[in-house]
Amino acid sequence: MTIEIRSAPHIKAPRSVPTIMRHVVWSLVPVCAFFVYQYGLSALASLLVVTASCLATERLFVRTGTQAGDIGDFSAVITGLLLALSLPPAFPLWMGAVAGFVAIALGKALTGGIGFNVFNPALVGRAFAQAAFPQAIATYSPSFLPGRFTEFVPSSLAWPLMQPADLMPWLKERQLDALAAATPLAKWKFEGVLAGAEELLTSLSGHMAVGPSPLLILLCGSYLAFRRFLDWRIPAAILGSAGLTAWLLFALSPERFPNPFFMLFSGGLILGAVYMATDMATSPVTPKGMWLYGALIGLLTVIIRYYSGLPEGVMYAILLANAATPLIEKVTQPTPFGKSALARLGQAKRGASYPLHPGYISREEAHAVTPKKRFLRNKPKPEERRKPEKSS
Amino acid sequence: MSQAATTTWEEFMEGVWRQNPVFVMVLGLCPTLAVTVSAVNALSMGLATTFVLTCSCLLVSLLRKLIPKEVRIATYIVIIATFVTVVDYLIQAISLALYDALGAFIQLIVVNCIILGRAEAHASKHPPLTAVVNALGMGVGFSIGLFALGSVREILGAGKLFGFSLFGEHFQPWVVMVLPPGGFFVLGLWLLLFAAWGRWRQRRQGAAKGVTQHA
Repeated sequence: MTIEIRSAPHIKAPRSVPTIMRHVVWSLVPVCAFFVYQYGLSALASLLVVTASCLATERLFVRTGTQAGDIGDFSAVITGLLLALSLPPAFPLWMGAVAGFVAIALGKALTGGIGFNVFNPALVGRAFAQAAFPQAIATYSPSFLPGRFTEFVPSSLAWPLMQPADLMPWLKERQLDALAAATPLAKWKFEGVLAGAEELLTSLSGHMAVGPSPLLILLCGSYLAFRRFLDWRIPAAILGSAGLTAWLLFALSPERFPNPFFMLFSGGLILGAVYMATDMATSPVTPKGMWLYGALIGLLTVIIRYYSGLPEGVMYAILLANAATPLIEKVTQPTPFGKSALARLGQAKRGASYPLHPGYISREEAHAVTPKKRFLRNKPKPEERRKPEKSS
Repeated sequence: MSQAATTTWEEFMEGVWRQNPVFVMVLGLCPTLAVTVSAVNALSMGLATTFVLTCSCLLVSLLRKLIPKEVRIATYIVIIATFVTVVDYLIQAISLALYDALGAFIQLIVVNCIILGRAEAHASKHPPLTAVVNALGMGVGFSIGLFALGSVREILGAGKLFGFSLFGEHFQPWVVMVLPPGGFFVLGLWLLLFAAWGRWRQRRQGAAKGVTQHA
């Protein structure tokens, strides 16, 4: 009898990278549809252009380089959709295309393609867009405008390399003031106007300049978490830590800080927590590490929102936590069975650490056959087997 | 005679192309990244460095038999610093605006590793003519590298080249290009371009020789 020794996981599902990515794309479809319903043609064009740019860049680098993956694995689609959802809906299309190119080229291709990226590609693209075009990325357009399905917001059709048109005269034509084109976070930060949690949650009321409804994102995300396509610990940790920090500050001085619900449901926190921070390549794989990673993002988000010059801080919080991921994984290695602190008490030497090797993890995902270790001690050695033959 | 002429030409082209300080040796990155915000800044920085490089290489080459080996680095630094002071005052006299734009990086030419490297590796071992030609080539190569960065950064970051508007007044400047990260992005892009070109040429040469390449 042979006994095979191998480490966990012992139960495997026939689940490949394209399967996971495809499910994430399906779950993003309602979110994108709602985004288009909010903002009309401009949002639709933005989604299409940014995604197309991501796909074209992915194709280019996979073909010319020696990278793994291709556009068939849907990961570039996710990057494109998330990037478009995180940009203002009337973001000039050529800038969206540039952001999509940078997202894949700088965020993914540079470090070796799918699975090797250090930072979330969509956020790399958005960070570049924010650094390159700070004015355009701060210009939001109001949602639910009449006639949004028949005409573009003028800023989205700017000529390549040219400045987008000023939105103010266009808004005045529709009897809207400048405040309508500011996100709730910017309104709170620069004008001191606070939006209610209920209207933020559904983002259905008025002409609010917000992204897709947080409620819808949570619903779609919970489907993914239920099917185990993302780990529920990360969004839970992010929202918990952001909520707790915001609540503590609110309790300390209610007149200075907004209530924690406003913090949770405004801006891109929910989208970032559910879809961006949970990117498998850039988040920790250890359960304890996930909690730590999420807590770091939540804390950083609130700190950036409250104490910096920027109205929104989710992007930088997630990028910083991505950078900290290898360290987090190193300090939160799970204790193997029999190596607990109690078991170690008798031993003079501390137990050896068992680092999770990234190559090992990816082999599991790719259905590669893991090298088998045979238990050889009970097996008679060749010499021993030969001995009885000689004697007889 | 013609033999000597080709040697000199090759000596010159070595710095311009085959051993380009920016794109091949990747030396002197501090001024490369810091002052290449515009084409004018980049070119003037390149010219200043070329001047210091050529003059100090000439002097080092002339004095190469007199300089004791033990104190050669200090001697080179004194020679280089002399010419840097000359350039420093010269630029101040020509254009104060340019002097302010280049800032401390003019004085920092002293510690530019291209110059010290050339003095140590080439000028101290070769006769004056060869040393000067080689230094000139290196200087031109450095200027080309700086100009390649500076022009791209100025075109994208301000829509201008040498201060002339290229795209009209409605151009959207890419703010990131005039910030420090822009320098790294553009340098990376140029290096990528040259690496890809070099690989393509190698493959073509391999194909011409009938060597099969396994990518």
